[in-house]
Amino acid sequence: MSDPISALNGASFDGFATIREIGPIGMITLRAKAGTKGLDKAIMAATGCAVPALLRMETKDDRAAGWMSPDEVLLILPYAEVSQALDAIAQALKGQHHLAVNVSDARAVFRVEGAQADQVMRKISPVDFDTLALGELRRSRAAQVAAAFWRDEAGFTVVCFRSVAGYMMALLSQSAKAGSEL
Amino acid sequence: MSTRLTSNGWMINRNVAVEFTFNGKRLRGYEGDTLASALLANDQMLVGRSFKYHRPRGIVASGPEEPNALVNLGSGARLEPNQRTTTTELFDGLEAQSQNHWPSLEYDVGVLNNYASRFLPAGFYYKTFIHPRAAWKHVFEPIIRKSAGLGQAPKDRDADHYEQAYGYCDVLVAGGGVAGLQAALVAGRAGARVWLVEEATVWGGRARVDGDIIDGMAAQAWVDQTVTALMAMPNVTMRLRCQAAGVHDHGYVLLSERVADHTPGDGRPRQRLWRLRATRIITATGAIERPLSFPGNDIPGVMLAGAVRDFVGKWAVSPGDRTVIVTNNDDAYRTAIALHGAGLEVVAVVDARVSVNGDLPERVRALGIRVETGKGIAKVKGTKRVEGVEICVQAGEGKASSFVACDCVAMSGGWSPVVHLWSHCGGKLAWDEAGAFFRPDPDRPPLSHDGRAMVIAAGAANGALRAAATDADAAARIALDMLAMKPAKATAPMHDLPEEGAMAPVWVMPQGADIALRSKMWLDFQNDVKVSDVQLAAREGYESVEHTKRYTTLGMATDQGKLSNINGLAVLAESLNMAIPQVGTTTFRPPYTPVTLGALAGEARGEIFQPLRRTPMHAWHEKNGAYFEPVGYWRRPYCFPRAGETHDQAVHREVRNTRNAVGLLDASTLGKIIVKGPDAGRFLDMLYTGVMSTLPIGKCRYGLMCNEQGFLSDDGVVARIDEDTWLCHTTSGGADRIHGWMEDWLQCEWWDWQVFTANVTEQYAQVAVVGPNARKLLERLGGMDLSKETLPFMQWADGTLGGFAVRVYRISFSGELSYEIAVDAGQGAAFWQALIAAGVEFGAMPYGTEALHIMRAEKGFIMIGDETDGTVIPQDLGLDWAISKKKADFLGKRGQQRSFLANADRWKLVGFETLDGSVIQDGAYIVGQGVNANNQRNVQGRVTSTYFSPTLNRGIAMGLLRHGPQRMGEVVEFSKIEGGTVQARVVNPVFFDKDGEKQNV
Amino acid sequence: MLILECPYCGVKAEETELSPGGEAHLKRFGPDSSDADFEAYMFARKNPKGVHFERWRHAYGCGKWFLAARCTATLEVFGTYPAQSTEPPVEVIDKIKAKRPDWKGFK
Repeated sequence: MSDPISALNGASFDGFATIREIGPIGMITLRAKAGTKGLDKAIMAATGCAVPALLRMETKDDRAAGWMSPDEVLLILPYAEVSQALDAIAQALKGQHHLAVNVSDARAVFRVEGAQADQVMRKISPVDFDTLALGELRRSRAAQVAAAFWRDEAGFTVVCFRSVAGYMMALLSQSAKAGSEL
Repeated sequence: MSTRLTSNGWMINRNVAVEFTFNGKRLRGYEGDTLASALLANDQMLVGRSFKYHRPRGIVASGPEEPNALVNLGSGARLEPNQRTTTTELFDGLEAQSQNHWPSLEYDVGVLNNYASRFLPAGFYYKTFIHPRAAWKHVFEPIIRKSAGLGQAPKDRDADHYEQAYGYCDVLVAGGGVAGLQAALVAGRAGARVWLVEEATVWGGRARVDGDIIDGMAAQAWVDQTVTALMAMPNVTMRLRCQAAGVHDHGYVLLSERVADHTPGDGRPRQRLWRLRATRIITATGAIERPLSFPGNDIPGVMLAGAVRDFVGKWAVSPGDRTVIVTNNDDAYRTAIALHGAGLEVVAVVDARVSVNGDLPERVRALGIRVETGKGIAKVKGTKRVEGVEICVQAGEGKASSFVACDCVAMSGGWSPVVHLWSHCGGKLAWDEAGAFFRPDPDRPPLSHDGRAMVIAAGAANGALRAAATDADAAARIALDMLAMKPAKATAPMHDLPEEGAMAPVWVMPQGADIALRSKMWLDFQNDVKVSDVQLAAREGYESVEHTKRYTTLGMATDQGKLSNINGLAVLAESLNMAIPQVGTTTFRPPYTPVTLGALAGEARGEIFQPLRRTPMHAWHEKNGAYFEPVGYWRRPYCFPRAGETHDQAVHREVRNTRNAVGLLDASTLGKIIVKGPDAGRFLDMLYTGVMSTLPIGKCRYGLMCNEQGFLSDDGVVARIDEDTWLCHTTSGGADRIHGWMEDWLQCEWWDWQVFTANVTEQYAQVAVVGPNARKLLERLGGMDLSKETLPFMQWADGTLGGFAVRVYRISFSGELSYEIAVDAGQGAAFWQALIAAGVEFGAMPYGTEALHIMRAEKGFIMIGDETDGTVIPQDLGLDWAISKKKADFLGKRGQQRSFLANADRWKLVGFETLDGSVIQDGAYIVGQGVNANNQRNVQGRVTSTYFSPTLNRGIAMGLLRHGPQRMGEVVEFSKIEGGTVQARVVNPVFFDKDGEKQNV
Repeated sequence: MLILECPYCGVKAEETELSPGGEAHLKRFGPDSSDADFEAYMFARKNPKGVHFERWRHAYGCGKWFLAARCTATLEVFGTYPAQSTEPPVEVIDKIKAKRPDWKGFK
């Protein structure tokens, strides 16, 4: 086994906002109906977070749990701890209908940071960023590809599929080009 | 002559001179000029030629409605045709070229059309080019193509970049004149999220130039005060140089922002397209002045009265020393006052009305200016510029009563509200008798998602030509009410207005003009449509306004009839003896003025024209010279050519090497979907034609998926992972589609079944290790038992290879001993390189998709998209063995029972070998006996896959043939593109290793 | 370009986040069905100018299919509701009836 590498190996760009590809980051797709017995325990065991409410991202240190759909939660945790977490989830949801799967390598993750980071996002997604709350997880479109993102004090985290990481990096960089502030 | 004045000019900065060129001539203007004002300041009255007759054209308007003064702007990679000089901001180094003339603007050969104009009537093309038929293609079309179009199409790649952005608001106010400012103020004070956009470079619209007084303040003071108040509101976004170009469904508005048109090359995006969502839209887009239709109204120097006072006031440019004003309303008298105030001579005001006694005309009379009432213009003298006018009685036939020398004619036929944004989404119009214009009918607005009005008209755009701010105050309150918001306490602003006399609609001047005069009255200046053309269309039976538009080309030019529409409608109505509202208007379509294709494309060009999907090994492939082919958005290596090799040679080497030693294929694009749950087996049995629920854990099974019509849609190998988990492989292009298909059935039909799916395609890099040396290579990496006994064909196992955690599938798409190995994508590149390194001693080489295709064809394996095209059922392909007979139901079963699919006469899959060993052409048909009803040769089948097989050293093919499997050994004929046929024998589609011994070792 | 509110995540999604799925409330006919029933299920689609029920998927969002009742002429949206509905909810029907008194009803 060699060290896992993220899709772009940490590429970055400095424009009026800063773009950084980060990772690898541990991610688990957990599918289970809301209210499934043991779901709260499973999420807690993997991330230390409570079950996220509609469109919310629960965060604890470098771990998080995000609402992806009525029966899907995205779990974020250190890359090395995924298989351990999958075991814990299986334990917590034993006998309950669910699906937990490692998607850490299927994704690319970016940070968009700076005082005008929101302007980069406003160029690529049909989302009202004036009303996007801190810790709100939004799945949408970034130009021509699917993306999920959320906002914190320092900027945005953007997640997309690994195969289009190069497209996303170029798209974010183009949108953050100095002189193109909105 | 036109020249720069010493007074006025609040738009220009006389301290900053700007140099530009027009047709190569170096000219000077000032910062703040438009190209139009700078051209006029340099006495450049002639700026272009009309489309059909190539008549000399000058500037007629001062804003986006300009039909004439269009230029090729810029050069090379920054060339853009048909740019309106009236909205082009002057900048240092600007290059402009006039359009539609040859050899030069001054001496244009095409003007011959003008003298032949009586042979070029409305509908000329339709009437003339019908016979003889052959002449169209060889004579008429080439000539018309050569003369068609106004500007030059750019040839170079656009040097600029463009972008798009999304915006959201409660209220969009389109237009930053006093109406827009007031509407934004009211909405902003109420706390609404407001966007206020204005296409010009300053706020205030016409108020200052018209000398408006609002709440006792000079217009500019009121505008400054309001803009200051708006700027202080964090909930109000204000953008200049930003046009609301189109209103679309559910409050979707496209805004075209000219970010750096006037500062080319400064690194900013040239234009930005805003995709704005507004809950309510207030259109405060003002009004456009109408020309009057008198003989010679198209000669350079004849301008709109409002434009004349714009040029004098805003840019300190006089269009002429001696101006005649011709009007049917009081507003044009403002131009007389403005010209007089600038020290210019107003020779006469020719007013079509008999009785003229409003405040403004009285003021003009008091200035000593001659006012001729009940009069019109019988003729404008001059060709490339106005030399004078003949004045006549409006009610008469055009006999001149006097001649007046002048170099400018300022005309006003009244004003029409700009109703475009109201109308784009279906807002209806009402005819306003007093103003002789169409205005928005508030009872029939365009509707939004909630069934309520999406657009509210304000100010002049609402028909309130003079008390615009007062009207806009009310419009904003309507919008706030619909948003359930309360306006702040404030009284509506009041305009101090002069008493204006009623206008009198004048559609033809003089009233009784004969055909010779009517043939000189232009309606559409750009497309050369005259009063006589519309009348001819009416006589020839074109009663619908939409038909007349297309027959005459009225309003079809780049200005989309902003000046000509109402006049044309009125002439048509008169000709048809109908009322104007009965004739109606043509459709107003977005955009208001043309939007650059670059802005519509936005960021999607070059590297990010479309998303490219790359596998974890993509960089290695690139470095090692792969020739790529697109598979969906993926790029897959087609082959890996070596120095000196053609692609064919590379492919053949890759096939031979894989068959004889070992080949490596990047199979990461293969779709991988996990299906889990108590009902997963039952679900897969519905999805696949075969049975998946009985698949033992640890085993693999090939499966087919059909749509409900029964047609084959996807295929792949399914692996049973554990008691309630299956992994479904799909085709490379099919992963998202099939995942969506699964979710559709689970969510919408069998929502009580307990099944979850997850598309894990990109979690894994997958490598096919294929060939006689495959096992040896993997054993060299070591870590797990890959023997025939432990891991037989069609089984999978988890383990490690060379230290990598892997899942190994013993499946084969080539007929060789083959392992498909999945590793986490983050390990993909390293794992691939480990295989390449370990493979050296076993003769390992990477191979691409074409070698994959050839090897599967040699084995008679079908490929979705080659053997299938959406009309093929599995039974056609001899795949009956993969269709369960026992299952009561699966998707497609009922469809396949339909008589024409169950018919024994269907074309079925067989193999073909040409008698001469050649390769059958792609897409070739198998010809039959006789001809069909269309006298085409009958066909009895077609080729679906055809390759040169390096293994067999001959052409091989698969195809569909009527009764195919019953015709083994028969010789059939395939068509060739160049004519003739090639003979081929019908054979078993498995060409190589028929018993499958190689894959089973 | 439409905006439809996803009944699952509450996002007011613009059309580019959605993918259309044709007419809603079709009943599937399988192997034992008559030719006429199967043909109707497969091919016969309503094409009304007015009230219509459609399938949409919040494809770029939560991935869920939902159903929408809207007017094809004015684009007024009467409501969206989960795909797991065999017929439109009463409140949607009531809203349509209130706004379109001459509507002939769902069936």
